[in-house]
Amino acid sequence: MPRIGVFICHCGENIGATVDAAAVAKAAAELPGVVHAVDYKYMCSDPGQNLIKEAIREKRLTGVVVGACSPRMHEPTFRRACAEAGLNPFLCEMANLREHCSWVHEKLPETTEKAIDLVRVMVEKVKRNRPLLPINVPITKTALVLGGGIAGIQAALDIANAGHPVILVEREASIGGHMAQLSETFPTLDCSQCILTPRMVEVAQHPNIRLYTYSELESLEGFIGNFKAVIRKKARGIDETTCTGCGACIQKCPTKKIPSEFNARLGHRTAIYVPFPQAVPNKPVIDRAHCTYYRTGKCKLCERVCPTKALRYDQEDLLVEVAVGAVVVATGYEVKGTDFFPEYGYGRYPDVITGLQFERLASASGPTLGAIRRPSDGKEPETVVFIACAGSRDPAKGLHYCSKICCMYTAKHAMLYKHKVHHGRAFVFYMDIRAGGKMYEEFVRRAIEEDHVSYIRGRVSRIYEKNGKLIVKGVDTLLNSRPVEIEADLVVLATAMVPQPDAEALAQKMKISYDGDRFFNEAHPKLRPVEMNTAGIFVAGACQAPKDIPETVAQASGAASKVIGLFSKDELSREPVVAVVNRTAPPMFSTCVGCFLCETACPYRAIEREEIKDRNGNVLKTVAWINQGVCQGCGTCVALCRSKSIDLQGFTNEQVFAELVAL
Amino acid sequence: MSSGAPAAQHVPSLPERVRAATGETVFQCYQCGKCAAGCPLAAEMDYTPNQILRLLQLDLPAMEDEALRALSIWLCLTCETCAARCPQEVDLPKIMDYLRQESRRRGLVHPKARDILAFYESLLASVRKGGRLHEVGLVASYKLKTGHLFQDVLLTPRLLQRGKLSLRPHTVADKDAVRRIFERCNAAAAAPEHKADHA
Amino acid sequence: MKLGYFPGCSLESSAREYKESLQAIAPLLDLELCEVADWNCCGATAAHSVNRKLALALPARTLALAERAGFDELLVPCSACFSRLAATRRDLLADESLRQEITSIIELDYVGSTKVVSVVDVLSRALPTVRAKTIAPFAHKVACYYGCYLTRPASLTTCVRPEDPQEMEAIAAAAGATPVDWAFKVECCGAALSVSRTATVAELAGRIVADAAERGAEALVVACPLCHTNLDLRRPAIERHRGASYALPVLYITQLVGLALGLAGRTLGLHRHHVPVRLAACAAAPAAPAAAPKEN
Repeated sequence: MPRIGVFICHCGENIGATVDAAAVAKAAAELPGVVHAVDYKYMCSDPGQNLIKEAIREKRLTGVVVGACSPRMHEPTFRRACAEAGLNPFLCEMANLREHCSWVHEKLPETTEKAIDLVRVMVEKVKRNRPLLPINVPITKTALVLGGGIAGIQAALDIANAGHPVILVEREASIGGHMAQLSETFPTLDCSQCILTPRMVEVAQHPNIRLYTYSELESLEGFIGNFKAVIRKKARGIDETTCTGCGACIQKCPTKKIPSEFNARLGHRTAIYVPFPQAVPNKPVIDRAHCTYYRTGKCKLCERVCPTKALRYDQEDLLVEVAVGAVVVATGYEVKGTDFFPEYGYGRYPDVITGLQFERLASASGPTLGAIRRPSDGKEPETVVFIACAGSRDPAKGLHYCSKICCMYTAKHAMLYKHKVHHGRAFVFYMDIRAGGKMYEEFVRRAIEEDHVSYIRGRVSRIYEKNGKLIVKGVDTLLNSRPVEIEADLVVLATAMVPQPDAEALAQKMKISYDGDRFFNEAHPKLRPVEMNTAGIFVAGACQAPKDIPETVAQASGAASKVIGLFSKDELSREPVVAVVNRTAPPMFSTCVGCFLCETACPYRAIEREEIKDRNGNVLKTVAWINQGVCQGCGTCVALCRSKSIDLQGFTNEQVFAELVAL
Repeated sequence: MSSGAPAAQHVPSLPERVRAATGETVFQCYQCGKCAAGCPLAAEMDYTPNQILRLLQLDLPAMEDEALRALSIWLCLTCETCAARCPQEVDLPKIMDYLRQESRRRGLVHPKARDILAFYESLLASVRKGGRLHEVGLVASYKLKTGHLFQDVLLTPRLLQRGKLSLRPHTVADKDAVRRIFERCNAAAAAPEHKADHA
Repeated sequence: MKLGYFPGCSLESSAREYKESLQAIAPLLDLELCEVADWNCCGATAAHSVNRKLALALPARTLALAERAGFDELLVPCSACFSRLAATRRDLLADESLRQEITSIIELDYVGSTKVVSVVDVLSRALPTVRAKTIAPFAHKVACYYGCYLTRPASLTTCVRPEDPQEMEAIAAAAGATPVDWAFKVECCGAALSVSRTATVAELAGRIVADAAERGAEALVVACPLCHTNLDLRRPAIERHRGASYALPVLYITQLVGLALGLAGRTLGLHRHHVPVRLAACAAAPAAPAAAPKEN
């Protein structure tokens, strides 16, 4: 016999002003199966919760309906209260009298009628609720971090320092990411590599971190706490255990004119190379696309000079399988090139460069050893024009968003130029100056007030080359939109920050969501910035949205803390609102006919095939089986199943139909 | 909730009227000035292209007047450079066309633009008569309208010598059809207080 | 290949040599130009500046006549006419009620089946033929000038790189010329202000002529009558404005191709230009005095 308790909340004025809560409680008392019905001002408060607990004990309730706000708000609160009073928490349901009733209607008799209807519906459901127990899933306490830039490095160190093993996978030959390419960082003008390389070394030396460089994620399967990842360790062409990093092979390599990716194509590298001197690991890699031996079968000079015989030309990619419990995605960004701009020369002018290229010019380890020089003739530029918003905030070019860091790095570049070329003139064409971080505004003002960088509010219509100079045709909207023409020696475009070119492919591989600009999506834009909609996968850094280094580090530590929190338990407790394929006695075993439409439809790949065998091992029937660790309870399979063999715990067909009939 | 009182008449704002006539939203412009930077005539304009748009964005009566009285809208060559480079994809030439039409319709043409308008009206008068442009007729009409009687006079003999000026007009066969087109289009564009609206 | 053909008003008088050269090279390139009967003026800048419906109706009449004659494509040599016709076609195809309104104004059916093509489009397709039939390669350095309407707006034009197009260069190169790289390919010449604001044209067209000359071009090549007028006929105004003289002539792309195909200068109307077309001497000679009168 059901003994249901109904508790109607006024929620202060939120419900009480529009719905006659006392009348609802009175009507609920008359419903069949209801033995207790009261109303109260604030059900979620301590006294309110005590009302529920006392009623459960005194009236020996078998089910509870709380007519109040949205279950998304307080379902956990009331379920916990029930559990504390000894009632299975899944025997407690909420009728949403606020978001679904009082907040969307006027104060009318019909509104109270509707509230009563909503309560009646939930009472009928609760009568058919069954006690459920949380599902426990084991956790593999190893983390996988994808991406070895500052975000990945920070997350890996945090998790490793908390005592958990970390596998860090980086696509390039060395970790460090774009931060390793920067010369100085805003707003302190700290040398970027000086603050980064200690962290890189710490990663390499950390006993808890296993570092795979020149490697990529091949596949990812499984679910939170229980992932299986396959990593492709690309063939470097050398034996890392015998190579000492002496660099003799690099010195002797005859192919020296390959545009260097690390130097943003402003300098060259050899076919066997280490991306930069402070690389971690300091072991070279053979670029097979450009290496003479791989292309023609001749050379092998590197092998001849290697003192430890570390060359392995036949080396092949290696696939490594690892079991991890959580993944942190920190794959970073790319910058658009100058060929993106028809009106600035389609990338044809060597002296029109990107911000990242300017970083390499300014960097002491760059192609010009830190001197600002024109790529075309190597001369020092007397006039440099910086153009902000080159690609960002530009729907015509396909990018609506602001890349966030360019205002700051443009100010930084202009300052670095002025510090190195005292008599030089620096102009910045801008639309707005976005300097919202700590000490950022002061930084930009310093550029303007102390270093005399000329900021011109207006954009540049076009740039063309004439007699070795770049004619920049802009405008000053603060001077009555007067056209301004500058003859520049060097033009730096603050190009847009975009996701990696294969971000979409990676997201598909990992089944994580991404937006129209191919940035990975966080679970909630305000309140869940490091989690993703796929449980167990976290995100950090510029792969989620353009951001600067402080924010990246903060987000990386945030993601790490989520991983550490996940690993702090031995088992993962999940809500039992999952789908279950029915089982019954032989010879039927299940009404499932094995069509596996559900398997195809499941968005979370939670459905597998289970073979039902006899004692001799012969397969009698193959039916669907739902992995309760992965199932998110969306109900797609339930709706789809043609033999009605699947039901959703907590929202069974019987319960749902009872609700509809009660209406 | 009917109470018997009629709803207030919604008078379309200037941005709404621009949108109705051209499909363009003036608020899309974020005043970056790239149009002005590339406009061949920016240096001669009283308001640069982005400033004309600013007048429309502010949607204040005095500013609508200023925009329609501006010289800029008549200097605009419709070269499409601004539209090609605008990051927000605002079709400025289309808006300029609308402003020219409104300016003329309301008799607010800038005094210094009257010769430009006179040229257009002379051209269309010539086309209205014969269906095709008669350049000699056009130039003659333009000179009479503007008083620039001696402009390009030195060129004329040379052009005649080289066969580049026909004294006789070329015309279509179905001149009436062309005339009816003009009449119908003028009727479509007519407004109560128009002056010489027909082309 | 049969093409509908809409010469437009200027080709009948002030751009007569454009028509002559186009009609001279057409048979050599296997093009049959079928003039649309009773075409009318497109309205140019004047119509769209004063009356929106007129700006659509005038081109629509010609388009409808071309469609009625059954042409797949309509060749429009003047860039301004090209822009007006292409824009009209685009606008009427995009807005059904507008199309119905305009078709009733022009008293003709129009569904938009005839595509509008430019001289550059047509010559680009004929590159192999130009190359094959070139017997007197036009061995000079040329600056190809596109003006506004061959590359803008992007929705109406076919040039692949609107800020640095190469289509005319390819045609010129096929005819043996050496195109120079220069910075004013798509900058406006002053267009319709030729009569009412000659000083402005002198400035804008002057920049174009000056840059071409500075880059070593021996001739400018155009595909638009108004551009030609502003760069050629207005040369004296340009020279006065800049205080310098510029001898480089302005050729229509059709004239360049015609010379390469072996046609005589007179056939191509070279004698009608204001700036004399004397190429070998061009690089060094000062501006020539007015040429002696020639017969029409």
